[in-house]
Amino acid sequence: MIYALVRFRRRRGDDAIPTQTHGNPVLEITWTIIPIILVVLVAIPGVRTIFRTETIAKPTPDDVIINVIGHQWWWSFEYPELGILTANEIHIPEDRRIILNMTSADVLHSFWVPQIAGKRDLIPNQNNQLWFIAEEPGIYRSQCAELCLGPHAYMRGRVIVDTEDDFAAWVNKFQAVQKNNAPSNHGAATTSEIQWGQQLFGQKCAACHSVAGFTEGTTVGEAIYPNLTNFGLRTTIGAGILENNEDNLALWLRDPQAVKPGNRMPNLWSMSNPNREKEIAAVVAYLLSLGNEDPLSAHVSAR
Amino acid sequence: MSDTSATSHVAPKTYRSSPLPDLKLFMWLFLASDCMFFGTLIGTYLVYRGRSLEGPFPIDVLDIPITTVSSFVLLMSSFLMVLALHALRSGNIPRFRLWTFGVAFFGAIFLGFQVFEFSTFVQEGLTLNQNLFGSTFFVLTGTHGIHVTIGVLMLLSILILSYVKPMTSKDSLFLEVTGLYWHFVDIVWIVIFTVIYLVEFA
Amino acid sequence: MTYGKQSTRSVSESTGLLIRPNWDRGILSWLTTVDHKRLGILYILTSTFFFLTASVEAFVMRLQLARPEQSLVSPDLYNQLFTMHGVTMVFLAIMPLGIGLANYFAPLMIGARDLAFPRLNAFGYWVYAFSGILLLSSFIFGGAPDVGWFAYAPLTSLSNNPGNGVDYFMVGLLISGVGTLVTAMNLIVTIVSMRAPGMTWFRMPAFVWMILITMFLIVFAFPPLTIALFQILMDRTFGTLFYDPAGGGMPILWQHLFWIFGHPEVYIIILPAFGVISEVIPTFSRKPLFGYAVIVLSGIFIGFLGFAVWSHHMFTTGLGPVVNAAFTLTTVVIGIPTGIKVFNWLATLWGGKIQFTTSMLFALAFLVTFTLGGITGIMLALPPFDAQAQDSYFVVAHFHYVMGGGALLAFFSGVYYWFPKMTGRLLNERVGKWVFALVVGGFHLVFFPQHFVGLLGMPRRVQSYEAGLGWEIYNQLSTAGTWVMSVGALIFLISIFQAFRNGKVAGNDPWDGRTLEWSTTSPPPYYNFVKDPVVTSLDSWWAKKYPESVHADVDHQAEAEANHQAEYGGAGVHIPGQSWFPFIAAIAIFFGGYAFIYDNWWLALLLLGILLVSCYAWALEGVGGKHINPESEGIA
Repeated sequence: MIYALVRFRRRRGDDAIPTQTHGNPVLEITWTIIPIILVVLVAIPGVRTIFRTETIAKPTPDDVIINVIGHQWWWSFEYPELGILTANEIHIPEDRRIILNMTSADVLHSFWVPQIAGKRDLIPNQNNQLWFIAEEPGIYRSQCAELCLGPHAYMRGRVIVDTEDDFAAWVNKFQAVQKNNAPSNHGAATTSEIQWGQQLFGQKCAACHSVAGFTEGTTVGEAIYPNLTNFGLRTTIGAGILENNEDNLALWLRDPQAVKPGNRMPNLWSMSNPNREKEIAAVVAYLLSLGNEDPLSAHVSAR
Repeated sequence: MSDTSATSHVAPKTYRSSPLPDLKLFMWLFLASDCMFFGTLIGTYLVYRGRSLEGPFPIDVLDIPITTVSSFVLLMSSFLMVLALHALRSGNIPRFRLWTFGVAFFGAIFLGFQVFEFSTFVQEGLTLNQNLFGSTFFVLTGTHGIHVTIGVLMLLSILILSYVKPMTSKDSLFLEVTGLYWHFVDIVWIVIFTVIYLVEFA
Repeated sequence: MTYGKQSTRSVSESTGLLIRPNWDRGILSWLTTVDHKRLGILYILTSTFFFLTASVEAFVMRLQLARPEQSLVSPDLYNQLFTMHGVTMVFLAIMPLGIGLANYFAPLMIGARDLAFPRLNAFGYWVYAFSGILLLSSFIFGGAPDVGWFAYAPLTSLSNNPGNGVDYFMVGLLISGVGTLVTAMNLIVTIVSMRAPGMTWFRMPAFVWMILITMFLIVFAFPPLTIALFQILMDRTFGTLFYDPAGGGMPILWQHLFWIFGHPEVYIIILPAFGVISEVIPTFSRKPLFGYAVIVLSGIFIGFLGFAVWSHHMFTTGLGPVVNAAFTLTTVVIGIPTGIKVFNWLATLWGGKIQFTTSMLFALAFLVTFTLGGITGIMLALPPFDAQAQDSYFVVAHFHYVMGGGALLAFFSGVYYWFPKMTGRLLNERVGKWVFALVVGGFHLVFFPQHFVGLLGMPRRVQSYEAGLGWEIYNQLSTAGTWVMSVGALIFLISIFQAFRNGKVAGNDPWDGRTLEWSTTSPPPYYNFVKDPVVTSLDSWWAKKYPESVHADVDHQAEAEANHQAEYGGAGVHIPGQSWFPFIAAIAIFFGGYAFIYDNWWLALLLLGILLVSCYAWALEGVGGKHINPESEGIA
């Protein structure tokens, strides 16, 4: 085009009329056939890949199956074969196929871990499947990729790819909680602050959040608020928006609406409560102790 | 260029690049879009067929004999429409008025049947928001009913106008175009009747 | 805007019950006008206004995104901003701009004196203008819709979205759809029935062909949208279950219906742009459009195929590999006729005498930008790639390249091309080159980086993003680009005012054009042409000026003109009468929209009654207008 623009520009004073060519059938045929060939070259591997990546997977014993339910504005993850219910973060083993069966409890969402796989939409009354194999251990960010109103931008998450051993350890911690039907800090000593935090949790939080795995009546289909079992193992808070540490957790508890405007968690500590900061600190200590062997150093950073 | 109106107007001889009168072409285009309207509504009905979570279901409420009668009435009205247009084209104004009234009358009878059917269904528990059948059925047949109502209005308007202003065979374009619309509405009903009623009992 | 002298012989005819207005000047003449040229100008001005509101919305969004984790606007307001930006740009700005240019120039280019149904044309405009006002007013009446411009169910259900915003969206688009539909049918009848003698189908300018195809697309694509909007309104107002998951409804049905409309919609937007390019490039290369017949046929092919690709917007919704593969194939195939057009435009340049007017510069920028957008489109046609890019900024970049870089640049080109014809003044070319540089340069600065940040994982429709992901630089560049574009747009608007003040007089044919609009004055008189144009070839005006260059048969042309004069000469021309009723009917619909939104059924019924009365009055008010004889009255 640039060549044509330079060569055929009108020189000053040149008013002669150029030859009024109307067309050239040979040229037309040529530049129809070549694009067709290009399109075919693109389409063949494309269609092959479609079938390879989107055919519904038949689960094998090696696969890890996770049922995903999208909510406004968090993810519910259930490992049906392993008996694990968690939220917003999943641990998966490397080099094994992960099969996600996904639906939504309310509006459309879309699950996307850009560094590992393409996305798939979560649609109410419909089951969509996404499968992938992660090859490199690490912590990967995920996020919702379909407008779900409100704080859609803050519906993120983490996918943590573990080695086989780490994954087994993680699974054990959950299964232990499930077996005892009680939260656990897995044998570490608890402080009085943590005990007080447990009490407060029971008063203020337990109505919506479970920390004891699948509890009675809290099946996947009926879970409305994020399950917090083994919360101390989480790398982030609020569906992937804050690093999980003391300061951030206190920030969240103080005013969830300020961190994630429009989300469903109300402010539970009014400004007029004189013990506000102490209570929050206690609940923070308690939550961070869940799942951790060393509750006093519950600091995990996300990559 | 010249607006075509229902009344006669001596237009200067103007070149036209198509022999088809403007109003007629316009009505054909409108019917094409209306095809898409009804196609979408019928498509929605078909997508949701059999997916109602609770009753009443189609076999519980649909009454083939009665609806056959109303369909026949509508079909006959289309025949009368042909007679009306022929009468006007031949300049037989009294006949044209009779048949035009007949079409509107039969259309009104059809609407009467629809009202009866709707109220019966409601009594039997099928409402707009009862289930998917209710939603899709009432919206589809209701939209059709509105189309019939508009057609009846158009016919009555022509009829009344024929008493106010003298009409000759040259004024047949508007009636012809109304006839096209009416026949279309009739054909849509044949499709609806088949898809909703007959298929359920096949 | 003044007209030529009115014939002293004319008398406003009213053979009906009501007297039709007959103002020449002033605001009442604009409210009752049925003149396609005035309505075309109204469309262009109104769409420019909505362009500005949508640009402001985008500007604020980009300010918010310039830095990570900002909160200049809340997530809620941000959702409203991008929703209204999309709705305004698609339905109120760019599509009506194409319709406005079509309204003004299609009749002129086929040698007609107005549209087939002038009052309906006016009605179509007023309905559009009022629907835009209704939509925009949602900001002050409780909040604009916040569901994205494609409003996926079940975001739009009453339980998920109890406010009125969604109702404004549904009602506003329903109303504007009515206007669009009737105007499309009007233009089709015009192009079929009112072409000049001798203007066979393949002697019709490419722009008019593109308009014809576009109008057919509108006729077939808008009804599914209308029904879908209506179904959501029924869900929200009467509790039907069309998109209610709890009742068994399937939200994905909305996606299907919307995109069955939505994909043809983007062709509705781009085909008029293709038409503009097909006029501008030949004019400023001083050569005919290369492969005219192929351009026309590929346009028709695109029109048909445009209905077969809609699910490529839904590749990630779990349709399954067979369906996805089918739509991949149709989508890549539609790239072929589009590419062929680009080759033909390039071939038009080849061997020509290229003049780098502002209009031509925009057309050339279109070629580059649109092609880039087309390439990213082919990439997106493949689900494995789309699985990453869908709902990310990569897609945002793609559609802005084809819609913005495509349609918008083409319409800039069209405005610079046709402004002299519409106003009689030339836009300043030196200033125009600045506008070009700023708008095009700014455009690329805004949208090119977005490809990359999308591939880095930035989703669309997010009010903010985390720091430390490496997205900052791209967002900053993008926001900086909006400043550049804004300056360009401002200079453009100023240059329009300047042209009216003291622009150079354009004369009939400043560009040595090829088509019939250049054969009459600038601006054209209200009756368009002194003599009925008679046509014996493609590019008939060029053939008249330079018959040897195209081997035109001058004698044959003279004979055709004489024959036409013999048969139709002296009959005079009927100028359509003005009318109040299109305006009144549109007002009734406008207020009816509000009545429906606020569930005020008595008011709605009353307004329906007013609408019915105005329709009857419209039908019965008689022919009006006047009869003139342009030749014998010596009007220039």
